[in-house]
Amino acid sequence: MTAPAHAGPVLGDPHGSPARRLARRWWFSLAMGLSIALVLGFLTLPVVAIFVNASPGRLLSSLGRSQSLQALRLSLETSAIAVAVIVLAGTPGAYLLATRRFRGHALVLTLIELPLVLPPAVAGIGLLASLGPHGLLGGALAAAHIQLVLQTAGVVVALAFVSAPLYLRQAHAAFAAIEREHIEGALALGIRRPAVFLHIAVPIARPALLAGLALAWGRALGEFGATLMFAGSFQDITQTIPLAIYDEFSSDFPAALALSALLVVVSAAVLLTIKLLWTPSRPPI
Amino acid sequence: MKRPRTLLVAGVVCALALGACASSKPQLRVSAAASLHQAFTRYGASFAPASTRFSFAGSDALAAQIEQGARPDVFASADAKLPAQLFAKGLVRRPVEFAANRLVLAVPSGSPITRLAQVERPGVTLAAGTASVPIGSYSETVISRLPVAQRRLLQANIRDREPDVTGIVGKLAEGAVDAGFVYATDVLATHGAVRAIELPAALQPRVGYAVAVVRGSAHPSQALAFVSGLLRGPGRADLTASGFLPPGRE
Repeated sequence: MTAPAHAGPVLGDPHGSPARRLARRWWFSLAMGLSIALVLGFLTLPVVAIFVNASPGRLLSSLGRSQSLQALRLSLETSAIAVAVIVLAGTPGAYLLATRRFRGHALVLTLIELPLVLPPAVAGIGLLASLGPHGLLGGALAAAHIQLVLQTAGVVVALAFVSAPLYLRQAHAAFAAIEREHIEGALALGIRRPAVFLHIAVPIARPALLAGLALAWGRALGEFGATLMFAGSFQDITQTIPLAIYDEFSSDFPAALALSALLVVVSAAVLLTIKLLWTPSRPPI
Repeated sequence: MKRPRTLLVAGVVCALALGACASSKPQLRVSAAASLHQAFTRYGASFAPASTRFSFAGSDALAAQIEQGARPDVFASADAKLPAQLFAKGLVRRPVEFAANRLVLAVPSGSPITRLAQVERPGVTLAAGTASVPIGSYSETVISRLPVAQRRLLQANIRDREPDVTGIVGKLAEGAVDAGFVYATDVLATHGAVRAIELPAALQPRVGYAVAVVRGSAHPSQALAFVSGLLRGPGRADLTASGFLPPGRE
């Protein structure tokens, strides 16, 4: 293959009057501007449309309906429990992954991140095949009198499954970014490992941990497919807001719009609340 | 280095264009009730006038899509009510009934349940459709025909409201619920994973499927051919093979 004649190591602009160069720069700015306008329009239009079409009156009246209120309460409760479990159970694990190297380290990280790329339908099938009555652990769960399908606990399991990787990934990155001297210095001073984790690593990583928590919570609030397949949909027991929206979609589109607006508001409020907690932590003692 | 890549891109574009040209048959888009999955997939594979693309879901969700501006070529519903409503709004041409079905009580294959009365016991879980999907309203009809005490017991055991019958069958096949009302054809399609318990004739609702050509269809003549094939033609045979009854013969 012969290299084209002009592909030499020529620095600067080989054929350009300043005017032409200016024109090119102008085109590039225009392309960047168009790109951001396109992306912004595409990403915000659906949300804007929901609020344009859902009148405030309709929104309030949907809030007054027991189905909406029950779905809202259930969504908040189940997602909060799921996120709390993820944070409590997952943070030490993420710390371990970030601070120790061992055989199969990369594999463990990949396995933890796998649910991120799984479609919710696959998550739902997987949960049924593992924790469902006919699933791998179905017999053991039944023997322990634990029932998950059709139960609120099943919703929590589905939410935790799909949203945990978002938090764990972020937590791992946050702990990995802590400079080693902080940890090693503390250990050299004779501070015990649990204390180093709790009083040094966690406070330093806090902003990033909260960001991960917010992402996981947002994902949990919006979960639909895995919840429907694994836990089912029943008012006040397993019907979260996304399921209630789909229920309304086929019978009462304006109600579905109002409920969607409500979910947008609630999700934004959750993200905002967590962001407000974001304030830089006091330096560790 | 530049030229081969350009050639590659050009080649891909040509291949795509050729692919588009080669399939000169028009593409017919059919929105159909979830319970029609097997019958319509077979019928679509042998449908000569057009290639077919299906969207299977709860009839109510498909009707809602059409109300929101979706324009498939054909809409086939598990009831006559939804197509009639769309017809009244001028969204579809006059619907026609093309098949009938029966409702059964379905249980997982290994279930000890053999009678409807056993589903009334406390603690037994029952899956049903949402209020707006046809399978949900047919189940309501069955339950409403029971004596009030039995009706209350059954209603108290409903623990899951699925958006379409596929969801109910899936929950039954996985043993996630103890019983559910589904169409007789759904049980046949599971090849033994789910067992049917016949309902007393007095409880059996009238289950008629209606189909309509959607107004604004890009291929109205092929859409019409698809509908008439369902009434008397290869579609009729595929429906029968899947266990559907002729219209008005439930």
